[in-house]
Amino acid sequence: MRSKAVIKVENGDTLGAINSLLRGLLERDLVQAVLVPQRLPSGDNIVQTLVSDPSSLQSADPIAPVMPVQSAKLVSSITAGGAPGKVAVVLKSCEWRALVELAKLKQARLDSVLSIGIDCLGTYEVEDFAAMSRQGISPTAHLLPQAREGRLVPSEGFSFRTACQMCEHPAPVGADVRITLFGFDVSEMIGLEGPEELIEALGLSAVDAATEREKVLQELVATRLAVRDQLLDEFRQRVRDLPSLLSEFSTCLRCHNCMVACPICYCKECIFRGPALDHAARQYLTWAERKGSIRMPTDTLLFHLGRLNHMASSCVGCGLCTSACPVGLPVGTVFRAVGQKVQALFEYVPGRSVDDPLPVATFREEELQEVG
Amino acid sequence: MSVFEPKIIAFLCNWCTYAAADLAGTSRVQYPPNVRIIRLMCTGALDPIYVLKALMDGADGVFIGGCHPGDCHYESGNYKARRRVAILKNILEQLGFDQDRVWLRWISASEGKLFADTMTRMVEDIRAKGPNPLMELLGV
Repeated sequence: MRSKAVIKVENGDTLGAINSLLRGLLERDLVQAVLVPQRLPSGDNIVQTLVSDPSSLQSADPIAPVMPVQSAKLVSSITAGGAPGKVAVVLKSCEWRALVELAKLKQARLDSVLSIGIDCLGTYEVEDFAAMSRQGISPTAHLLPQAREGRLVPSEGFSFRTACQMCEHPAPVGADVRITLFGFDVSEMIGLEGPEELIEALGLSAVDAATEREKVLQELVATRLAVRDQLLDEFRQRVRDLPSLLSEFSTCLRCHNCMVACPICYCKECIFRGPALDHAARQYLTWAERKGSIRMPTDTLLFHLGRLNHMASSCVGCGLCTSACPVGLPVGTVFRAVGQKVQALFEYVPGRSVDDPLPVATFREEELQEVG
Repeated sequence: MSVFEPKIIAFLCNWCTYAAADLAGTSRVQYPPNVRIIRLMCTGALDPIYVLKALMDGADGVFIGGCHPGDCHYESGNYKARRRVAILKNILEQLGFDQDRVWLRWISASEGKLFADTMTRMVEDIRAKGPNPLMELLGV
């Protein structure tokens, strides 16, 4: 049985309340360790930490609107071989959804984690987050009061990452435990949803706080969907034939940053990293002589089309590929636009449930007769 | 200017379509010489990246041939290939590349004549479409 509880916030310190909650998990031996972002002493960024000693959990900030790394990948490292104990992992929605995909790809094990999904208020680029902190703005403190109404406005002069502006999943669905912020006056209390036994073990009593949460989320999602449709539409207007496709990717260096940042791209032996697609030195000259000129490095378009073929069905839209791109290519938007139609082929929603089989790992005999 | 001769890369499964190509040969059935065959153990083992690589590097068309549904030597490789090809063609179409340059067909080991006929039709089809437009564009 799942139940709901509220966590009282003392002196308006919402993060303190979350920190105590996570500490409680360790102190009561409910988990062996907690994976959670903590603030750096400098204050200008957060860092993911795997904490086993409750006294080392001082400055948890899973609300911080920044995502330097997709923690689904970290959960994969912690659990892929089967962890000896249970680890609580605090995840934003896209991290949770990426973890669901990784579990289905057999790169992470959910039986050894207590997944704690937390409402996401959006994220900034790492450099913007740092710039705000240097200007004395606390990005977390600025956004927290906005959770109640769900009308999220970034600090003046900054904007959320594009992926976040069009994210239709601000609240994680399906995680073992959920920390809820939307609809709550977070200076007073926040919500907790999870298994009845766990709520009891934490010494909390089941209460269903009356909030406007459902309405707040509906409005937020509607806003996001409008932005998503607009951005994907713009992309489809811009890239509609081969010349515009080539121009879209023309500045790609094939640095592979997008691939490294992607939480779903997991192959240990990647075809783009090995020699499989390399050519003998003279081949490039032969091509150049035959065509007059060729673009170097070669295979940039192949790289993106190849990754789209491999990943588009599972892309959760976290947009870290865009954030990682040194030349500012909107890789994440390409994946969202292309992924939307690929996923629709199989009525698949990445990250929705571990019970939905991966489109490329299953089939139905009677389907796709027209493909030829 | 020389006459355009389409280059077609054919990925054929060892158990059905490759055997059909073999049968076409031993039966002396004629088909155009524009097809370069690559033998695979199963269409389910074909990474779409190789299809893309062929298209990026100058193939005018790519043919993928496997066992009829239900007849896969490995039971379900062709069904999985069908999903991957569906994704590949969907993506190509979305990004403005003519997905009809990629063909997926089921041809069994006994259908040598069908293989030759299919190759003849594909070559004619691609000849009508003209050269792979990427070749012009991938220069500067």
